Amino acid sequence: MVACPRMDAAQALADLTEISAQIEAAVLADHDGSVVASTLADDGAAKSFAEAAAELLAAADDVRAEPGSEPLVQVEGASLDGSVFVARDDRHLVAAVTKPRPTVGLVFYDLKTCLRMLEREEEAKAAKATKTATRRRTTKKETEEAESESS
Amino acid sequence: MKARSAVGLLAAGAALAGAIVFVRTKSAVEREHVDVYFADGSMVSLESGSSDGDRLLPLARRALAAARG
Repeated sequence: MVACPRMDAAQALADLTEISAQIEAAVLADHDGSVVASTLADDGAAKSFAEAAAELLAAADDVRAEPGSEPLVQVEGASLDGSVFVARDDRHLVAAVTKPRPTVGLVFYDLKTCLRMLEREEEAKAAKATKTATRRRTTKKETEEAESESS
Repeated sequence: MKARSAVGLLAAGAALAGAIVFVRTKSAVEREHVDVYFADGSMVSLESGSSDGDRLLPLARRALAAARG
């Protein structure tokens, strides 16, 4: 069985927008800004949003550029029109926009939950794929041994 | 009479303090800013007018605009 990260990501985003009423739109992307999943109907808008979020994270990384400093994990940009939130883990980033004056802690909590859910699902699928491959190898070996014994 | 004046003064003082807190809170909330959070739990708040704030705020606005189309 092959893991399908895009399906997992779409489910994680769907869960995110379901649990968080404050989030208007969200996108899941790789660290370089490549879109993995999005709640936006327009692919072009999703791509622009993901790239802008990745750029914001990269620019925010320079705030503490000295060696040995703690890595950046999340950013909130608050304008008068609304807020943009970006959180990241080792593999992905998730970005979301809200109306002005959101409950910052709650939005970050929901974004991190989304990233954790995605990571957990990917790990579970990878473990299942490994288990299936091991079982297939064992069965093949047993068949070969049985055939050699009978001949 | 003195007691009534004291109560009046107290009420006026409380109203003034409340108004000051309200105005300060409102202006703080509505100010544009970028908050950057690090793995150790620390946070740096960058407001418009600071060099990092002026560098990051346009990127945040761009992300917001891209998401809203």
